[in-house]
Amino acid sequence: MIDYTPTEMMTISASRALSSDDVCFVGIGAPSAACNLARLTHAPDITLIYESGTIGTRPDVLPLSIGDGELAATSLTTVAVPEIFRYWLQGGRITVGFLGGAEMDRYGNLNTTVIGPYDSPRVRLPGSGGAPEIASSCGRVFITMRHSTRGMVDKVDFVTSLGFGPTGVERAALGITTQGPVLAITDLCLLEPEPVTNELIVTSLHPGVDRVQVVDATGWDIRFAVDLAETEPPTKLELETLRDLQRRTDEAHKRAVS
Amino acid sequence: MPDFVSLPDAISATVRDGQTVALEGFTHLIPFSAGHEIIRQGRRGLTLIRMTPDLLYDQMIGAGCARRVVFSWGGNPGVGSLHRFRDAIENGWPHPVEIEEHSHAAMANAWAAGAAGLPFAPFRGYSGTSLPAVNPRIASVVCPFTGEELAAIPAHRPDVSIIHAQRADRDGNILIEGIVGVQKEAALAADVAVVTVEEIVDDLAAPSMNSTVLPGWAIDKIVVAPGGSWPSYTHGYSHRDNAYYKAWDEIARDRDRFRQWLAESVMAGS
Repeated sequence: MIDYTPTEMMTISASRALSSDDVCFVGIGAPSAACNLARLTHAPDITLIYESGTIGTRPDVLPLSIGDGELAATSLTTVAVPEIFRYWLQGGRITVGFLGGAEMDRYGNLNTTVIGPYDSPRVRLPGSGGAPEIASSCGRVFITMRHSTRGMVDKVDFVTSLGFGPTGVERAALGITTQGPVLAITDLCLLEPEPVTNELIVTSLHPGVDRVQVVDATGWDIRFAVDLAETEPPTKLELETLRDLQRRTDEAHKRAVS
Repeated sequence: MPDFVSLPDAISATVRDGQTVALEGFTHLIPFSAGHEIIRQGRRGLTLIRMTPDLLYDQMIGAGCARRVVFSWGGNPGVGSLHRFRDAIENGWPHPVEIEEHSHAAMANAWAAGAAGLPFAPFRGYSGTSLPAVNPRIASVVCPFTGEELAAIPAHRPDVSIIHAQRADRDGNILIEGIVGVQKEAALAADVAVVTVEEIVDDLAAPSMNSTVLPGWAIDKIVVAPGGSWPSYTHGYSHRDNAYYKAWDEIARDRDRFRQWLAESVMAGS
C-alpha cells in the first residue's frame, strides 16, 4: 500500500469525478490541482476555463492566482473578463463548476463572505469572486472542503453561493434549472445529495476513515447512505502525477523575478 | 492624441481628493507604479473600484487613500487575506472604509455597461444569495420580452481609470496582450483614461487586426513606466512575482511593519 495524505486523497477523488467531455470552470487551490490532475491522467481532453478569461488552458505548473501568465500562454484562446462571464458562463456552456468555501451547510450552500454579522464581521473573508454565478450557471457543481466542524456548519452565516437553498428546496423554487452541488469531496469522504430532500449525505468513506471521525468533524447531524462505499485508494500513477505537479509548482512559485 | 507625461504629472493632473478612481488589471497589468504615486501625492477620500483589490488596494487602503471600496473579491490570490483591507473593515484602521460588494459577473457587467454608455447592466445572477440584502446597489429588472427577472447593477463610470499595458506607439495607440481582463472596458468607461506602458515604440507591431488595441484618441494620458505592474506582471515583459505575493502576507499583517514598508518602498521612491 502506498502512503498518501488526506489532502492528496481529496484532490485525487475530485479529479476522478471529471471526464474528457467536461468543460470545467476552475477555482484556485484544490480545484485547480484536481482539474489539472484529471487532465494529466484520465481526462486528457477536458477543457479548463479560468475566470481570468483563459479557455482550454494546459498549464505545466499550477497557478498561484487565476491570472498567472502560464494560463494565458498555454490557452487555446484568452478572452476578456466580461466575455468569460457573459458568453461562456451565463451562456450555459460550462458543464462543471468547482467551488470551495470557508463554510458549507448540509444543502451545499457556501459562505466565502463573512463570519458573523455582515456589518460588523468577526472574520472578513474575500467575498464572492465568480462563485455565485458559477453555482447557478454551471451544469453541475463539485465542492471541495476540508472536513472540520468549523467549515461544515449547521447554518452558514451568509449565502455567498447557492446550493439547494437553506432548507433544500429553494433552488428549484427559484426556477434554477442547473443541477447544483451534485458532489462534495472532503479529506474524509464523498457526499452526494439524497434524492427528494437534497441533503448531502456520505456516500463513500476514504480508506481508513470511520463514521465516528466524520460525525465528529461535521457541524450538523450528518447521515450516511445505506449502501455506503469505500473510496478507491490513490493509484501509483495518480499519486506520482499529482506530486510531480506540486513539485514543479512549488519550485516555480519560489522563483522571484525582478 | 493623448499627452505623453511623467507619472507625477499624470497623477497630479487627473486624480483629485474625493473622486471615484479605478486602477484595473485582472491579476495581470495591475498599475502598481501609478497607485504608489497616488499614495505619495497624499490623495484622500477616494472611492476605489477594482474587481480584485489585490495588493495594490491593500497598500492604498493602508496608506489612507480610500473612503469607499467597490469590489468583488478581496483576497491575496492563493495566499490568504488582504490584511490592510481587513483591518480597515474590521477595526477602522487607519480610518473606516465603506464597502460596496458585488460578484465578479456583476462587476464585469458594470464595466461593460460603463464602456457602452449605458446606465446599468442586466444579467442572470445572485439568485438565492445573501448579497442583494446587504447591498442596495444590487436590484432586479423584468425582461420586457420574456418576463424573466434578472439582476441589475449600475454601470461603473469612474472619474479616472488607470491601467497598465504593454506598449504605445508615438500616436498613443495602446496594445494590450495576454489576460486582457477589463482593461478596455475600464479605460472606455471613465471620464479620463490614464495608461502606463512598458515602452513607446515606432511600430506597435500588433500581431493581428483583431489584437486588443485602444486607439490613442480614446486615451488622455500616457506614461512610460517600465516594470510599472510589478509585482503583478506584463505578459511578454515580466512574470508575476509570486514569491512577493507570498511575502506581502507578512508585511501587511502588522501595522508597524506595513508603515515601515510604506516609508521605505513607496514614500522614499519616485
